[in-house]
Amino acid sequence: MRVGVFICHCGNNIAGTVEVAKVAEAARMMPGVAFATTYMYTCSEPGQEEIKEAIKREKLDRVVVAACSPRMHEVTFRRTVEKTGLNRYFFEMANIREHCSWIGEDKELNTNKAIEAIKLAVEKAKQNKPLFPAKFKINKRVLVIGGGVAGMQAALDCADGGLDVVLVEKSPSVGGMMARLDKTFPTVDCSICILGPKMVDVSQHEKINLYAYSEIEEIKGYVGNYQIKIRKKATYVDWSKCTGCGACIEKCPSRNAFDYFNFGVAPARAINIPFPQAIPKKAKIDAQFCRQFIKGKCGVCAKFCPVGAINYEMKDEIVTEDVGAIIVASGYGLIDLDKLPEYGGGRYPDVISGIQYERILNASGPTSGHIERPSDHAEPKTIVFVSCAGSRDKSIGIPYCSNFCCMYIAKQAILTKDHIPDSRSYVFYMDIRSPGKGYDEFTRRAQEEYGVQYIRGRVSRIYPKGKKMIVKGADTLLGTQVEIEADLVVLATAVTATTDARTLAEKLHISYDPHGFYVESHPKLRPVETNTSGVFLAGACQGPKDIPASVGQGSAAAAKVLSIFSKDTLESDPQIARVNTNICVGCRKCIGTCPFGAIEEQQLRDGRIIANVIETVCAGCGICNSTCPCGAIQLQHFTDNQLLAEVNALCLT
Amino acid sequence: MSEKEYIYFPGCSLEASAIEYDMSVRKVLAALGVKLIEPDDWSCCGSTPAHSVDHVFAAAVAARNLAIVEKMGASTVITACPACLSAFKKAHLRMKKEEGFKKEVNAILDEPYNCGVTAKSVLQILVEDIGPKPVAEKVTLDFPDLKVAPYYGCIINRPPEIMEFDDPENPMAMDNLMTSVGVKVCDFAFKVECCGAAFGVAKRKMVNELSSKVLSMALDAGANCLVVTCQLCHQNLDLRQGQINNTMGSSFNIPVLFFTQVMGLTYGYSPQELGIDKHNIQAEGLLKTRRPVEERIKEEQEKAKAKKPKAKKAEEEES
Ligand SMILES: Cc1cc2nc3c(=O)[nH]c(=O)nc-3n(C[C@H](O)[C@H](O)[C@H](O)COP(=O)(O)OP(=O)(O)OC[C@H]3O[C@@H](n4cnc5c(N)ncnc54)[C@H](O)[C@@H]3O)c2cc1C
Ligand code: SF4
Ligand code: SF4
Repeated sequence: MRVGVFICHCGNNIAGTVEVAKVAEAARMMPGVAFATTYMYTCSEPGQEEIKEAIKREKLDRVVVAACSPRMHEVTFRRTVEKTGLNRYFFEMANIREHCSWIGEDKELNTNKAIEAIKLAVEKAKQNKPLFPAKFKINKRVLVIGGGVAGMQAALDCADGGLDVVLVEKSPSVGGMMARLDKTFPTVDCSICILGPKMVDVSQHEKINLYAYSEIEEIKGYVGNYQIKIRKKATYVDWSKCTGCGACIEKCPSRNAFDYFNFGVAPARAINIPFPQAIPKKAKIDAQFCRQFIKGKCGVCAKFCPVGAINYEMKDEIVTEDVGAIIVASGYGLIDLDKLPEYGGGRYPDVISGIQYERILNASGPTSGHIERPSDHAEPKTIVFVSCAGSRDKSIGIPYCSNFCCMYIAKQAILTKDHIPDSRSYVFYMDIRSPGKGYDEFTRRAQEEYGVQYIRGRVSRIYPKGKKMIVKGADTLLGTQVEIEADLVVLATAVTATTDARTLAEKLHISYDPHGFYVESHPKLRPVETNTSGVFLAGACQGPKDIPASVGQGSAAAAKVLSIFSKDTLESDPQIARVNTNICVGCRKCIGTCPFGAIEEQQLRDGRIIANVIETVCAGCGICNSTCPCGAIQLQHFTDNQLLAEVNALCLT
Repeated sequence: MSEKEYIYFPGCSLEASAIEYDMSVRKVLAALGVKLIEPDDWSCCGSTPAHSVDHVFAAAVAARNLAIVEKMGASTVITACPACLSAFKKAHLRMKKEEGFKKEVNAILDEPYNCGVTAKSVLQILVEDIGPKPVAEKVTLDFPDLKVAPYYGCIINRPPEIMEFDDPENPMAMDNLMTSVGVKVCDFAFKVECCGAAFGVAKRKMVNELSSKVLSMALDAGANCLVVTCQLCHQNLDLRQGQINNTMGSSFNIPVLFFTQVMGLTYGYSPQELGIDKHNIQAEGLLKTRRPVEERIKEEQEKAKAKKPKAKKAEEEES
């Protein structure tokens, strides 16, 4: 066996604290090593050429590169090696940067450690076996979870690119949060006017199959071949008949249902259509408010529906769809007002959230766009906005900035002045965060052209006095305390992950951060990928994000899917578990331990029961390998023999 | 009812300026079948002066008492005074968390404290250990005209990570307790606003201003009485009410009672037994309106009867 060792300087990253020449010298003495050299940047084109030439010249059959982390460049070097005709699994990498040169300052110790790391890699490489990936066909359909602006953009881009799209939206209509907004910053154009056409496109596109009022029940499979179970929740209205005429809503006697779309600004009926532009524009019953369900008698809507669409017996329905990739665009939530007791949130009706105010400003909202406060429907003249209400507050577990509130506060203050010219708006802020294109100009406009009073400081308490809300706070620029008698207080409530974000992540096998936002594969270089291949992210489910950023991610995720679907087959990773049928005693321990359900029982012709790994499901985690009492199940490329060779190299020589 | 037993730490003010708080605590807890045991040779909790000078010393003064309780074989000590409570909890938590600090403190003490005692307020055990039902069962008298503003003050539930009880911004324990004994409670926005605390001597005017805000908010909320959990709040709001009127040009005349006094009144004790006659602002007018609770029950039943036909009609209209 002839092993070649290539030691990288990585500029000064490695050579600065490791004596690479000495390492090469030591490597040449290792048993089996036929050639060792150093290079400035091994990953560069000439660096890779050098490897290829050395393989030919020195007749190498194993290659070790001692450089950075395999997460960085293992794939690159495997490809280099493969180009010379060697199996790519004959390549090993020794990490002498992240594990060595970057963390130690003592050059001599570092050099010794680098030598040992290479010793392990050489011994492992000598044990390596050729492995060959299998090819499998991909199902070129894509699932998009969430029909907000990010999800719709992704769905439309995929569909326009010729893919069949399954779009699953939890609520009765697509549109997400953007459908609730009045105008959008920084252009102050009407939100539904730019979103409405997209919603119509989604519903009319022949390649998009929309499941509204539906949720993901179960996800099975792997990139290229997923089986999805979708729960279509019972609407108690037959949508194939419903024309959206609204006759039922008008007659419904249960007038105190919670209005989810309007965030409770005004009550809704038990049977409802969330908003006039809803897609699909179909009615549904909220059973917890419906008299037919609570009291067992009513039937008013059934009596008045001209097409006989009402069906109180309707049950949830499970449908299955097969797809090859998934885009998650499930958006965000907002912290509840009653989590902010110092501001009287949830206690005083005239302390509302930004999204509630957005609905009050909206011409198709519950007040038809007339600004009135909830307590007595009077037009407020003094409005106080409180930024960072819950955001950047470690004490309630939300240390992060919610990203877009500074901007929408400026927008809402401008709109308030447009609606009520003799009104005064105050904004309490920590700092104004407006780094987008045209954004800072926008917040300046609010102050300079619209006379919005920005007070730098926090609010300590909000309480009622007569018909007014007293807002007490500090003005840290003037160094004084201030008290403002407000008619209405708007809290820019913190952005959170959706309540079911974690459950969905577990179904998808993707990771989430401590706050429930989904984690991208690399914060800079792979922003819409996840560490689960075939699953991509778009929009605010990955972190608070405004519309332009969400739309950008929607398109990016679609491009990623189109790119993997540009091939007809995918290669499976051969680094999976395999059972040696001669050794397996059929104890089934591995079956119980596999977190992916990748092992099944198999009966051999002689009647023996043994374990069998389902290749396409195994994720290569290796838990079974360490569980098996007889060493019958081995994770390829990380077998017991290979790992022991490394241990022996370190401990016995 | 099962007999309950607690080690009870009165603290210095409950033996002197706020002796009526102590009287009412003992009366109410006795009525609820709770036995109180006062530790022998208890001493100063440290209060404000100690911790403004030295944290180790402050903790030692508090821990001396906790060590006595520990030696009695108890794991809980209760106190009515929020300042004692805060001193105990602070010393206990820091000693439990920081081994070095514990050593420093114990070095000063004759008997070491081994961090085995949880301090709780009288309010907390009423809410958590006894519960609203037994509390309500003891009520014999009703106050039709009484409407209280529950005022918690600043420390009984703050900072939350130390006091570990109730909501720090909108506490409800006393509100709920008052409701349990049949007393009307108003939605009071200044539950945890500052009364001026211990600055009554050093910065009298500031304390008067702050306390006056609390009083006027109570009146705005429609209350005719404040209930408090802290004798220092009581002092600022009751004893200094005349002073407030002089400084601020106001004319407040609103009684301020300890929550245990209000409970005692509904349990049938006389104002003298509960020490209410010791207060500066007298509550006589309000107290006169007490009546047997049966009368209220009868009244409510009659009201319900009168309402029923209407309700029935409305239902018929709907269907
Ligand atoms: C008061 C306010 C004002 C704003 N104003 C502006 C503005 O002027 N300009 C601007 O750029 N941005 C603004 N924003 C931000 C804007 O709302 C977001 O940038 C945008 O909505 C993000 O889009 P999204 O598609 O990622 O998420 P969302 O809009 O939240 O959409 C997510 C969708 O997924 C669905 N969903 C959730 N979970 C599931 C699940 N498990 N299964 C299936 N479906 C699911 C939801 O029902 C929803 O339809 C504002 C936000 C607020 C709160
Ligand atoms: S359910 Fe019937 S009445 Fe209601 S909107 Fe649909 S068609 Fe109209
Ligand atoms: S390697 Fe992991 S996924 Fe594969 S069979 Fe073993 S436990 Fe299951």
